[in-house]
Amino acid sequence: MSRGLRLAAIATAAGAFSGLFGVGGGTVIVPLLVLWLAYQQREATGTSLSAIVVIGGLAAVAQAAYGNVHLGKGLLIGVPGAVGVVAGTAVQQRVSERAVAAAFIVLLLVSAAVLIF
Amino acid sequence: MDALDWTGLLALAFFGGMAGGLLGVGGGILFVPALVIFSGESQLGAEATSLVAIVLVSIVGTWRQRRYGNVRLRDGLIVGLLSPLGVLAGVVLANVVPERALELSFAAVQLCLAWQLARQVGLPSRLAKR
Repeated sequence: MSRGLRLAAIATAAGAFSGLFGVGGGTVIVPLLVLWLAYQQREATGTSLSAIVVIGGLAAVAQAAYGNVHLGKGLLIGVPGAVGVVAGTAVQQRVSERAVAAAFIVLLLVSAAVLIF
Repeated sequence: MDALDWTGLLALAFFGGMAGGLLGVGGGILFVPALVIFSGESQLGAEATSLVAIVLVSIVGTWRQRRYGNVRLRDGLIVGLLSPLGVLAGVVLANVVPERALELSFAAVQLCLAWQLARQVGLPSRLAKR
């Protein structure tokens, strides 16, 4: 598969994921950049974020057309989220990846359980 | 929303952003449950609203990562600009499937991500050794 085709496949998969689940699509983009385009892990995370700006923006506009977006609440989450991302990139070099992953796994499991039950 | 709801909402938002910085995701995987659990949003409303926060987080995240030289902007923009077909399909689908199906499949994505992350840091083998 050519490079352009691979990027297009990543874009379409990430876009569908983003539109369907209200996420950025980074869970699709990061591993595929590493696997298909031989990216280093950190490069993949950085590049993924830049793609998400566009993907998330497009998905937000499409969802807004359905009248589903609550802008005020989005900003309420987005501001502490933006503070978090600054902290996250800053500690990416310093903190043990395992400790952060463990905390994240716990949050995922607990919130998944709440959604299910 | 009472004080507990506010605390939970803001804490999950912060952690979602932090995950964005560390893992290169938008943080939506935590923003969506935060909105459902603590602010009484429907799954669909939470997913749509989460996207606003994701745009904010990914802009700031890209800016920070660029200073570390981790962003290949050209590839990132190509992926972004080629995404509309997928985005549209996803959004339309989210608006037609039943709320409960959306909720359960979202939880399934969370569990997959938790598993993938656990494997990445070698958690299962560490637990198995005990």
